Amino acid sequence: MTAYAVRDSATMLRRNLLHLRRYPGLSLFPLLMPVVFLLLFVYVFGGTLGNGLEAGGGRDAYVDFVTPGMLLFAVAGAAQIVAISVAMDMTQGIVARFKTMRIWRPSVLAGHVLGNLVLTAVSLAVVIAAALAIGYGPSAGPLEWLAVVGLLLLVAVALTWLSVALGLVAKSVETASNMPMFLFLLPFLGSGFVPTDSMPGGLRWFADNQPFTPITDTLRSLLAGQHIGSAGIWAFAWCLVITAGSFLWAAHLYNRRPAR
Amino acid sequence: MTPCAHRATFPERPDRMSTTPIQDPIGKTRTAASSSSAAITAVDLRKSFDDNVVLDGLELTVEEGSVFAMLGPNGSGKTTTVNILATLLNADAGEVRVAGHDVAREADAVRDAIGLTGQFSAVDDLLSGRENLRLMADLHHFAASDAEGRIAELLDRFELADAADRTVSTYSGGMRRRLDLAMTLIGDPEIIFLDEPTAGLDPRSRFTMWEIVRGLVSDGTTVFLTTQYLEEADQLADRVAILDGGRLVAQGAPAELKARVPGGHIGLTFADRGAYDAAAAVLDAPARDEDSLALQLPTDGNVATVRQVLRELDEAGVEVGSLSIHTPDLDDVFLALTGRPATSEPEPEEVSR
Repeated sequence: MTAYAVRDSATMLRRNLLHLRRYPGLSLFPLLMPVVFLLLFVYVFGGTLGNGLEAGGGRDAYVDFVTPGMLLFAVAGAAQIVAISVAMDMTQGIVARFKTMRIWRPSVLAGHVLGNLVLTAVSLAVVIAAALAIGYGPSAGPLEWLAVVGLLLLVAVALTWLSVALGLVAKSVETASNMPMFLFLLPFLGSGFVPTDSMPGGLRWFADNQPFTPITDTLRSLLAGQHIGSAGIWAFAWCLVITAGSFLWAAHLYNRRPAR
Repeated sequence: MTPCAHRATFPERPDRMSTTPIQDPIGKTRTAASSSSAAITAVDLRKSFDDNVVLDGLELTVEEGSVFAMLGPNGSGKTTTVNILATLLNADAGEVRVAGHDVAREADAVRDAIGLTGQFSAVDDLLSGRENLRLMADLHHFAASDAEGRIAELLDRFELADAADRTVSTYSGGMRRRLDLAMTLIGDPEIIFLDEPTAGLDPRSRFTMWEIVRGLVSDGTTVFLTTQYLEEADQLADRVAILDGGRLVAQGAPAELKARVPGGHIGLTFADRGAYDAAAAVLDAPARDEDSLALQLPTDGNVATVRQVLRELDEAGVEVGSLSIHTPDLDDVFLALTGRPATSEPEPEEVSR
């Protein structure tokens, strides 16, 4: 039933947007959390951390440094929500009903992904507005901004599909809410909040080679109007690999029929 | 089958089918009379979860336009059967055809023909009743203009019009179940699966559901229902199948099944003591009540038995005050065929997902 792929996905998107609106307990968290962390990092840690940057510069310099990391933190936070909503959905009889209908089968999951992308976009807009309000000064031109939006979209798609798969593999909603926790931690264990060369040996190696670091570096360069170098290719490749792997995993989990 | 206690008294045991009309005056004769093609067939259906054999060579046939009720104790595999028939679960072995299509190889064609109202309500709690129905209409790819009319009609028919714009989380159990069924019906399925449709409902809501199901059948829809309520099967079904140990241990019209177990009796009362004594002398009645001048004789309720009792009384010149026939209910059937009384608890271990 691929003929109805677009229509069925749009129907499911509408359902998921209604869920986000009617269940603010879940959807407000990714909207508020990144702003709270932004303020925390800039005003509590920022004075000291900014002085530790290569060029120094205190709090003002740290706002510019941390904002790209905070954008990824927001994407990861929103992605985490989808694991919970997918896991909750799978415990409901209505998904069994969807599976007995002749619809485009992946539309249930597509609705979750698309709905979460809308949530992510709102969350990112809030973070950027907050950052600008406290003195963030990006020097990116229109083309760079377009690239920033494109890259954030790719990252959001990748992390959302990963989180959908985690929500499907979880045996309970509680497990589903814990599993994507590492997505929260990864931006910290990379170049998002401090330069990786300030970390001890083993941790630094991990930080330099995990996906969030090239993605953070690419965003930071784009927003600062600088050359992105090889980090851009790595960022792009990581997004594709995570998206493809997670999509296949999620589709497999959803389609297995002995769902009991 | 358990040997019947009355055989010694009434050795004559004519063909069971000839007695059906008197046992079942309501006239559920559609199944017996029609020879239409099968809506559902399952041959040698098998399913195990790990080491737990749930279905062990199940065979069943459901005629088009009939109501088929599957009765079984907890964990007997009713929900598993429904899930396989509704393409939610793969069988380990066996051949299953629904609406003329193989459930494993032609799942989409089967899905086009069926509707499922599962044991756990398949409604979206965060949407209103109307939004739930619109969701279904969209997934059935209705044109927007057709959808609104159909939605309004279903809301009316299921008495949900007043609550249409409230979120479903505020609905009562009966309302949820009605919405659930309305969502199943919006696509006009040929075959409807109802997995314990009235479990947990109050008597009034249950009665409403029964009326709805009867309405479906008059439209020609085939209904496959599972239930723990024997009365429900009796009320609704043309054919009842009893599932035990992963197979059907008996099936037939409710009246046929009831006729297969002991427990029925003929009740006779007499106008005066003389008639009572005369009758007691002629008939070998094990249950006597001298105070109310009543006798009880075991019977499977067939006409010949009744006729013989009356003939014996006639020959002895005894005037009968009143005669009643009590046929056994499905509770008796259940106990006799499975060795266990029927339970009315839900099956928590079988979750539709």
